[in-house]
Amino acid sequence: MTTEPEVRVEDKLYQNRYRVDSGRSHIVVKPHDTPSPELLALVKVCPAHCYTLNDQGRVEVAHDGCMECGTCRVLAEGTGDLTWTYPRGGYGVLFKFG
Amino acid sequence: MTEKFDAIVVGAGMAGNAATYTMAKRGLKVLQLERGEYPGSKNVQGAILYAAQVEKLIPNFREDAPLERHLIEQRFWMMNENSHTGLHYRSDEFNEEKPNRYTIVRSQFDRWFSKEIQAAGALVLTETTVTELIKDQKGRVIGVRTDRADGEVLADVVVLAEGVNGLLGTRAGLRERPKRENVALAVKEMHFLPRETIEARFNLKGDEGAVIEAAGTISRGMAGMGFIYTNRESISIGLGCLVSDFARVQIAPYELLEGFKKHPSVAPLLEGSEVKEYAGHLIPEGGYRAVPQLCGDGWVVAGDAAQLNNAVHREGSNLALASGQMAGETIAELKANGVAPTARNLGLYKTRLMESFVMKDLKKYKDVPGLLHHNTQNFFLTYPQLVAKAMENFVRVDGTPKLEKEKRTWKDVVSARSLGGIVGDAVKMARAWR
Repeated sequence: MTTEPEVRVEDKLYQNRYRVDSGRSHIVVKPHDTPSPELLALVKVCPAHCYTLNDQGRVEVAHDGCMECGTCRVLAEGTGDLTWTYPRGGYGVLFKFG
Repeated sequence: MTEKFDAIVVGAGMAGNAATYTMAKRGLKVLQLERGEYPGSKNVQGAILYAAQVEKLIPNFREDAPLERHLIEQRFWMMNENSHTGLHYRSDEFNEEKPNRYTIVRSQFDRWFSKEIQAAGALVLTETTVTELIKDQKGRVIGVRTDRADGEVLADVVVLAEGVNGLLGTRAGLRERPKRENVALAVKEMHFLPRETIEARFNLKGDEGAVIEAAGTISRGMAGMGFIYTNRESISIGLGCLVSDFARVQIAPYELLEGFKKHPSVAPLLEGSEVKEYAGHLIPEGGYRAVPQLCGDGWVVAGDAAQLNNAVHREGSNLALASGQMAGETIAELKANGVAPTARNLGLYKTRLMESFVMKDLKKYKDVPGLLHHNTQNFFLTYPQLVAKAMENFVRVDGTPKLEKEKRTWKDVVSARSLGGIVGDAVKMARAWR
């Protein structure tokens, strides 16, 4: 069996249209020392790969490529790991086709 | 002085558009708020449109609505790693004067719909995020707060058509946040190709269209489905699985989609295409048991926000249109009769939903979601692999006596899943379907 080349989601997101609200993330991860299982799952499961594990072993979010699907809200808002609001009106992902 | 409307509709998706249009047509003063740059800019769908429901709102919509292809062929594929076993239904009957279903591109369709709404007299305000519901001292919803300066607007009724990931209703304590096992995460790409290429690859003429729904090893043991829809000059391809399964298995959705695209049955259909968008969205999958409270004092909820999706028949936008229309009709009637939109009086909306196909269909399939939670591996991994093996045994001619081949197939089946297990699953599925 051949190993599949890694898929670069950045190449996919590059096709999309965004109006990024710089410096105003609509998702905020609660400060933590050890990430919860939910936060760790988001590193893999977020369809825009917005979540990454940093050098200190903490989960960070970068909202630039967010497609506002709400998967992270469903998984980790209830556990208190993050807060989720909508971007300001007109900002965020702007689907050309949907 | 804050301006007051008969109704405020939050969201310009299918449910919000149907509600706004219905009320505006009946002379109500309606404000529709949409956080996207234009109506449709936050909306994602496969997308198949069922004509009957649109016709109820706008009888002659076919004349100028942006429709892609009318569907004449439906394919169901059960897939393993290198094969698919298919059930194809194609009928020339669907080449009718007023076709039954179409593929659409949501952002284009929604923009057209919004123009109809504005022509009907509603005020549509985009780039406006509603941040909060305003309640009076008795807890009745009396308006909304937005992120605009002086952003408070009052109304007799607020229609929450805020979509599957709607925050307002949850924030206001009107319903819970969707549970992980009740929503699927779907990712989708738009692949562009010349129309002649699409027509040749899918055996189509003119504006005929075909759709493929696929399940099996593509979801790697998770409860999920893939889809391939033909548009005029593009192919929508996507795949969705329950969020609870994604969290359990921890596969990146885009890797799953790549796997589906590279499958030997799929790759030739997409060859040479140009990808112009990648989208992700949640789909309500909880069915009847996940439907929240539908109305209260001064508010109703419709569409995906109310978990109204018939997942078996892929009718999310259809139920959104129907529920939005019923919400709009109810509010317009209360207004015409001078009746206050209390929880009790708005209950008519729920009664209408219960008596219509919307809740009747959801009730019919109420046990399907639960069944798929518990037998995920069997339905999405074991059975597709067994079917593929059986089909290969059946069609491959290699000098082995047929009796021996049948025995081999049978042995594969019982070793993968006991006979009792298979019969049990079949009975449970039949019961859930009934």
